Amino acid sequence: MKIGLILRPVLIALLLALVLRPDWFVPIFAPFAPAGGPVIYQRASMLSLSLSHLGIVALASAAATIVAVMLAILVTRPAGAAFRPLSRTITNMGQTFPPVAVLALAVPALGFGAGPTLVALFLYGLLPIFENAVTALTNLPRATMEAARGIGLSRWQRLLRVELPLALPVTLTGIRLSIVIALGTATIGSTVAARTLGEVIIAGLLTNNTAYVLQGGLIVGLFAVLIYDALVQLEAYLLGRMGG
Amino acid sequence: MIEIDQITKTYGTVNAVDAVSMTVETGSITVIVGTSGSGKTTLLRMINRLEEPTSGEVRINGTSTSTVKPHLLRRRIGYAIQGHGLFPHHTVARNIGAVPELLKWSRDEINARVDELLALFSMDPAEFRDRFPAELSGGQQQRVGVARALASRPDLLLMDEPFGALDPIIRTRAQEDLRHIQRKLGSTIMLVTHDMEEAISLGDRVAVMDGGKLVQYAPPAEIISRPATDFVANMVGDVERPLRLLSLISVAEIIEPGEADGEALPETASLRDALSACLWTGCDALPATRGGTVVGRVTLKAIRARAGAHE
Amino acid sequence: MMGIRTHLSPPGLLFAILGLAALLAPFMTLAANRIVAGDGIVAWRVAGPAITVPGVAAVMIGLAMGLVATWTRLRLLGAVFGLAGLLWLLSRSAPILLTQAGEYARVSPAAGFWCLLVIFMLLMADALAALKPGPFMRAVLLFAVLAALVLVLHSGLLSDLSVLQEFSSRRDAFFTEFQRHLGLAFGSLAAAALIGFPLGILCHHRAGLQGATLPVLSFLQTIPSLAMFGLMIPILGWVGNTVPGAQAIGIAGIGFAPAFLALLLYSLLPVVGNTVAGLAATPPAALEAARGMGMTPRQRLLRVELPLGLPIILTGLRIVLVQNIGLAVIAGLIGGGGFGTFVFQGLNQTATDLILLGALPTVVLALTAAILMDTLVELTRRIPEETA
Repeated sequence: MKIGLILRPVLIALLLALVLRPDWFVPIFAPFAPAGGPVIYQRASMLSLSLSHLGIVALASAAATIVAVMLAILVTRPAGAAFRPLSRTITNMGQTFPPVAVLALAVPALGFGAGPTLVALFLYGLLPIFENAVTALTNLPRATMEAARGIGLSRWQRLLRVELPLALPVTLTGIRLSIVIALGTATIGSTVAARTLGEVIIAGLLTNNTAYVLQGGLIVGLFAVLIYDALVQLEAYLLGRMGG
Repeated sequence: MIEIDQITKTYGTVNAVDAVSMTVETGSITVIVGTSGSGKTTLLRMINRLEEPTSGEVRINGTSTSTVKPHLLRRRIGYAIQGHGLFPHHTVARNIGAVPELLKWSRDEINARVDELLALFSMDPAEFRDRFPAELSGGQQQRVGVARALASRPDLLLMDEPFGALDPIIRTRAQEDLRHIQRKLGSTIMLVTHDMEEAISLGDRVAVMDGGKLVQYAPPAEIISRPATDFVANMVGDVERPLRLLSLISVAEIIEPGEADGEALPETASLRDALSACLWTGCDALPATRGGTVVGRVTLKAIRARAGAHE
Repeated sequence: MMGIRTHLSPPGLLFAILGLAALLAPFMTLAANRIVAGDGIVAWRVAGPAITVPGVAAVMIGLAMGLVATWTRLRLLGAVFGLAGLLWLLSRSAPILLTQAGEYARVSPAAGFWCLLVIFMLLMADALAALKPGPFMRAVLLFAVLAALVLVLHSGLLSDLSVLQEFSSRRDAFFTEFQRHLGLAFGSLAAAALIGFPLGILCHHRAGLQGATLPVLSFLQTIPSLAMFGLMIPILGWVGNTVPGAQAIGIAGIGFAPAFLALLLYSLLPVVGNTVAGLAATPPAALEAARGMGMTPRQRLLRVELPLGLPIILTGLRIVLVQNIGLAVIAGLIGGGGFGTFVFQGLNQTATDLILLGALPTVVLALTAAILMDTLVELTRRIPEETA
């Protein structure tokens, strides 16, 4: 905990510096660049790549969250129960699909650009959220559910006031997993011409410029770690409030 | 004979067990009773060195337990705990044979011992040998737990709240079984419980623990009739003391010649049962039987006389 | 009303609707060469009626058989029927389409085919799930499906399809990369197990070590794969250049070594985490009893904790294996080999068939590994669960 208190601001500052003032890092990355070659990626600003990267992830994850939670609500109602075994099969098998393969398979269908990346992130992002939301909605404390019925809440009221709020922490864990996978997969999205931070790493790999690889890798890694950490904190906060 | 000599366990500055000394006779049941935090479980766990004593020692048949490696010591001492602690991935036979296996008995010896113990606990070996613990009822699991503790014919059997997880009816059965088997095998048993009723009905001697100290160590009748401290009196329950005392005495002791009407009582019934029957039927006396034939009667007056015997 | 409802399978109804819609989408694509985009052709136009009528009919009958809720075996049969219809359409029409087109023409399955394929596979999975086959039966089914797949591919029925033409022109490369892929996935799994099991056992005994290890490993897991693979390059490049003899055993910034190390680092969290969780899953009373009866710490570990934790520990290996089969694709970007080589070459050349040649086997491999490992986990879980 104490390490986190010091480390977190340091990492945030490092990330901001890497994104906003990449030139500061010339002395550090220079030894990794090929002799006489460029040290800092210049073809696009780190800020615009970061925003585009985060934008794709946010859009895909938001859509995945909405759709996955709605589907989870549907299959946990009595009317949708017939779909539950099927949905379990799809989530189990779907999650064995490698994210990279999903991305690659989206290209023949959708062409190059942000499109296939968005679709792949969305499809792949559905699974962990759906899985966790279903788990949460089917494992609600029975006494609480009985009490909710007992005090005369309608089905809608029970869903909105009791079930969804109680299912929130576990669902959030699914959203976190989904976002972390999306951040990573979006990086690979630059191989299908989506504008993401992966562009910097790929450029480094193609030109044997390790400085680029380091620069891109550090920024992406820091984003992932910090966003993951923030979501973990949020979950802990919500759980703490519910645990009483 | 087990001698516990000035044994003490200190956690930080607290004495969980404070200079307890007691002697347990071979072939008897000693029940250690106390509230939670009284140090009773710690005392028991120091005997097989699951806890190391801070000072003092335990001698089994004259040998100090500190001279033996703990795991070798434990193989000679049976140990049964609340919630049975059976290995869920092993069959009943493997569970019971666990200690003999550690002691490297031969396969045949182990199998014979397993069947012998299952029969002793009235479980058909052919039926139960190959079952898994999850396929047994709570009472059966508990019996297998005790059978496992007895498997290597240990010098001493330690039991920590062995009946704690059972419901009341099965618990009474299990207590009777234990008593029966102990008589048959002549085992030495030390049992920990928080339930004074259990202590009185099972123990040849009862040790009452309070705040890490042994406050009284005596036969049950003496615990009831002459509690050493208010705490002991409280645990026995002032109001029910005469009834508890009566439950220790059998009808056989007060049979007198004569006749009476009403439903007959076997002589093995306790005076508490006899009193209850008298009050319920409204009779002053009831016939008593031995082996099915009437041999005399029990009178309310005689029962009343025994209830006040300590004065 | 109720009578009809109880006899219709809701998922079957969904499959039927989606399946009919998919029939309206292009079933195959005919392109002038392997780079340009082709024209889509719907299922009933891919060939003459002698071929399309039975094929489309089989698909529709298969969908209809999937509607019956009460008779699971019929639904399973429907899936097989539908898949046969798809295979028939594909294998019969491809040569006909090619004869009408130019020398470099390519014919490949299109969106309609893929959707129907997925729908029938789901129908099959849904029916199988209802039959609840035991672990052995599932393994047998898996091998039956794989054998059918190999048989169809080997028979040359589909050899006119562009993916298989791509395959036949790189047959040797395909099997080299296949081996490389397996080497990466299983090699890193073995290394992770070798390091992870002892580390997990140590963590189980020392809470302090556990508190330090698990957060570091989950931190590693968070780093996006491309960044991780990329960051391995300078590190291993440095090791290769400075440590004497390192290059001789193949440690260098590019190639197999950085890919292997990256996969290994990703693998450690599931292995260590599940080992710790598995060992901690022993019921406390059983552990207390084991101690009380005089088992040494080693005996407790080998006879009680490990056997009881085995399903959870194996689940960790399952996660790692499936994850590594997927992640090994990225090795293709840093010259580490594997199916990723085809995927990224294909993406570079905008050659769809090449992408599929890399992606499809990866998916099949991952699914196979997942099903096999699930079977294994279930076999180790055969002890009845605690009823209490």
